Amino acid sequence: MSVLSAASVGVFLSWGVFGIQVGNLIVILVMLVLFLLALVLPFPRGRRGR
Amino acid sequence: MTTADTPVQPDLGGEPAPIPTVQVEDVLEHDRSWTGRARRLLLERLPADKLLPNEQPSYVASWIYVFGMGAIASLVFVIASGLVLALNGPAWYHLSALGHFINSTHLWSVELFFLFMVIHLWGKFWMAAWRGNRVLTWISGVVSFAVSIVAAFTGYLVQTNFDGQWIAFEAKDALNATGIGAWFNVADFGQMFMWHITLLPIAVGAIVALHVVLVRMHGVVPPLESAETDAQLLPELLVEATTNGDSR
Ligand code: HEM
Repeated sequence: MSVLSAASVGVFLSWGVFGIQVGNLIVILVMLVLFLLALVLPFPRGRRGR
Repeated sequence: MTTADTPVQPDLGGEPAPIPTVQVEDVLEHDRSWTGRARRLLLERLPADKLLPNEQPSYVASWIYVFGMGAIASLVFVIASGLVLALNGPAWYHLSALGHFINSTHLWSVELFFLFMVIHLWGKFWMAAWRGNRVLTWISGVVSFAVSIVAAFTGYLVQTNFDGQWIAFEAKDALNATGIGAWFNVADFGQMFMWHITLLPIAVGAIVALHVVLVRMHGVVPPLESAETDAQLLPELLVEATTNGDSR
């Protein structure tokens, strides 16, 4: 199947009734990680700061 | 200097009559026209330092406040790449290497748009950012989320491949069950294409613009743990505030 075809089924993970496509799982995990990083990482202090 | 050609004004004597002075502000103050009312409302709700502030409270210096702007940046790229796709047409984006690439960046910027929007939404949820009369800001966010989902959905429908056809035929029953299918027909490619490339992008853009104007009107919500002021977050501000009675 061509790499460009969007019609490939993708890889699914499933636990009992719960199933998720790997791509979707990755996006959700990335969002969680970015959210946590946004809370803990210090924000650079601007040059214009008073 | 007076020459023979320039007529001389006769001097009738006495002081010149006073020119009646009308204050421009007075007229505007009582202008009952739509323009007058709109002008007063805008000046009152959105003066320049609220519309384009050059400073923000110290608590805004956190990464969590960047995600709204991240969503806007992605949306700009989504719309720009969509314009390129529309102007060059399906034969270009289906058959040429550059066309494929731009088509892919269109998809990936949509992924980023939703990623940033969802983190933004989590952030605002945990800050309870609807406090202090900001409920419309929150609601315009909810509406922009909903409309963006419909925009993305129609995008998946117009891929002109089996994936798009599959999605349409999975979705049609749900939409028909609500009754909207008679008018919003997912199997009608032309109709979905029009929604995707005109109506929905315009709608998302308009709602986001409203959302940002609302944010500017109210200013950024203070953190939950601070009452009215953010002085406690910066020791130097606290000293300033206690010495000169500034309650900021
Ligand atoms: C189309 C997607 C969206 C865009 C482009 C967007 C953009 C923005 C921007 C630029 C800000 C100000 C900066 C910031 O705090 O990040 C903001 C604030 C805000 N957003 Fe959004 N937003 C979107 C979706 C949402 C959603 C889904 C919600 C929640 C349901 C939401 C709720 C809010 C609230 C309540 C504020 C005000 C926060 C405050 O006053 O401190 N937004 N948005």
